[in-house]
Amino acid sequence: MEATGAEIVVRCLAEEGVEFVFGYPGGAVLNIYDEIFKQNKFKHVLVRHEQAAVHAADAYARSTGRVGVALVTSGPGVTNAVTGIATAYMDSIPIVVVTGQVPTPAIGLDAFQEVDTVGITRPCVKHNFLVKDVKDLAVTMKKAFIIAATGRPGPVVVDVPKDVTAHLTEFVYPATVEMRSYNPVVKGHSGQLKRAVQMLLEAKRPVVYAGGGVVLGDASEQLVELTRLLGFPITNTLMGLGGYPATDRQNLGMLGMHGTYEANMAMQHCDVLLAVGARFDDRVIGNPAHFAREQRRIIHVDVDPSSISKRVRVDVPIVGDVQNVLTEMLSLLKQAKEKPDAAALNSWWTQIELWRSRNCLNYNRNSPIIKPQYVVEKLWEVTRGDAYITSDVGQHQMWAAQYYKFDKPRRWINSGGLGTMGVGLPYAMGVQLAHPDAQVACITGESSIQMCIQELSTCRQYRIPIKIVTLNNRYMGMVRQWQEFFYGSRYAESYMDSLPDFVKLAEAYGHVGMRIDKPEDVEAALKEAFSPALKERLVFMDFQTDQTENVFPMVGAGKGLSEMILAEEL
Amino acid sequence: MRHIISLLMENEAGALSRVAGLFSARAYNIESLTVAPTEDATMSRMTIVTTGSEDVIEQITKQLNKLVDVIKVMDLTEGSHIERELMLVKVKAVGPGREEMKRTADIFRGRIIDVTDSTYTIELTGTGSKLDAFLEAIDPAFIIETVRTGASGIGRGERSLKV
Repeated sequence: MEATGAEIVVRCLAEEGVEFVFGYPGGAVLNIYDEIFKQNKFKHVLVRHEQAAVHAADAYARSTGRVGVALVTSGPGVTNAVTGIATAYMDSIPIVVVTGQVPTPAIGLDAFQEVDTVGITRPCVKHNFLVKDVKDLAVTMKKAFIIAATGRPGPVVVDVPKDVTAHLTEFVYPATVEMRSYNPVVKGHSGQLKRAVQMLLEAKRPVVYAGGGVVLGDASEQLVELTRLLGFPITNTLMGLGGYPATDRQNLGMLGMHGTYEANMAMQHCDVLLAVGARFDDRVIGNPAHFAREQRRIIHVDVDPSSISKRVRVDVPIVGDVQNVLTEMLSLLKQAKEKPDAAALNSWWTQIELWRSRNCLNYNRNSPIIKPQYVVEKLWEVTRGDAYITSDVGQHQMWAAQYYKFDKPRRWINSGGLGTMGVGLPYAMGVQLAHPDAQVACITGESSIQMCIQELSTCRQYRIPIKIVTLNNRYMGMVRQWQEFFYGSRYAESYMDSLPDFVKLAEAYGHVGMRIDKPEDVEAALKEAFSPALKERLVFMDFQTDQTENVFPMVGAGKGLSEMILAEEL
Repeated sequence: MRHIISLLMENEAGALSRVAGLFSARAYNIESLTVAPTEDATMSRMTIVTTGSEDVIEQITKQLNKLVDVIKVMDLTEGSHIERELMLVKVKAVGPGREEMKRTADIFRGRIIDVTDSTYTIELTGTGSKLDAFLEAIDPAFIIETVRTGASGIGRGERSLKV
């Protein structure tokens, strides 16, 4: 039976089992919206700004492992979506963004609401398509879903001109599509795997360094088994938090610019490093030359060959799906006659415990002003460590990463690569919709939250009962921190003047607002927010926190990983 | 070091800009880039001449392979290969210089493919350095315009780039 392009788009989404489409209508996508109106296979969530549509779809994907979907109109719909797309791209999140386009005869004529969508999004997508013929539409949608979800995942944009959504063709949704130019490697090279296992067994001072690839590749279970079998210390990147339980003794916590003392010292001084689904980025290893000063052998497992030996030369590269490679590694380890060097490991752990005893995440717990770290710790307690936590970008993000101990993967949802302020609220929406019964909290700051604050309206419309934990220090805290350290305390434009009354603002949107000024009220406020009485309500908690608090430890930009500033040194 | 990278890609709108965009976004050098469909019209073959350290060249080939439209990538300079470039040069050909210009073109195995009473248009093929040498051999004052294709390359013997 023949179908219009618009029907085809909608039916493809239904065939893919899409639950939610986050979007905003406009001229170029009216045919598609008309078809959405007529169907009941998936739910459309109307956001208040296209950026939030993409963020919400992105968070849906991060928290479920399934492809998130957003739908926006041409022109400004697309340009608004670009921040969301770039955010997903930097963190390798599988989403499909369907964008409207002006009719094909109008393309290139500077038509109303026309932009070169494929051109604008090209540098921040895994791939994109402009569908000029309705006959190509179904197969293109299939390709988009395959490309987004396989290999190193990423966003795919499908740009559909308005006339194509009106044209008719036979609808057949292919079960799969072969692409001769696209064949991601799944299995790791067996010779390299053997070399890697040998190297692990010979290690005297080993470290496992696990990144977001473990979470995205659903390899957490294998990582835990491997790390426990070996008895090695492990550190997670910001994106990898939850990939290995944070409360486990073998976990040294996060590494990098705001990583723990023990994680960074172990990373710098190890003799064998097993990097899994991580990419040695500038916020993780600091200055590459300083990192390379210490001799160590590196095994690097990643699905993306271009992530290997990009910033740091490695000895054993293993390209493949992380779960597949770790499973292979485990079976080789179990077969091996040798065991890890217990004596060497023992003395390595003694050294690590010495580093750990610096207690680098300690802070003043007797402060008369609310310490932001305290709020996060209490949140962890009140939610029994079992919430989904989204964050925005800045100091609060680092405190969330340091003090909320994630024991499960896909619970920590933040913009690691692009560092996009404003993601927190739409992220929480996407997560809560995907997990209606879960506790979802957005840890944010008074600056970040204002970047997508309009989504409070979306939350009201769909009764999305997230809890917003605002660590309000009246500063763009991380900017202020850098200005204090590196710009002689000249706080150029980093103070947030004329803040709204967040309690009234939340109430204006139909939500519950709370303002918390004293440390002794923190726990009660959190308990109330997560109480059954407010289970169905969005609660906006405005915590008035210490204005001068800084994030420690800190590795300054361009500094070596072991050149940390610790809190007590100031 | 100078490398010649050959690649096969889907002959689709926008494929060229994906490659060009990759080079500019990641600040890789492009000395020249040529592209045309192959005998199989669904594919294009591109030859990119670039320079960079071994690490950079490794990243370039990996990043190119990552592009969804790219089918295959080969660094020709890793093995023995042949490289050719075509140049058309329009020169002034008047007075005693007219005969001299023809002789020089002959020495370089150039062909005169267009003639007027005051100009020659000479076609030359060879490696880039041969074309440079020709331009150095003639008086620059005689050059009206030049156009070069950039290098095309192919592996020697059995070495080939195909699907």
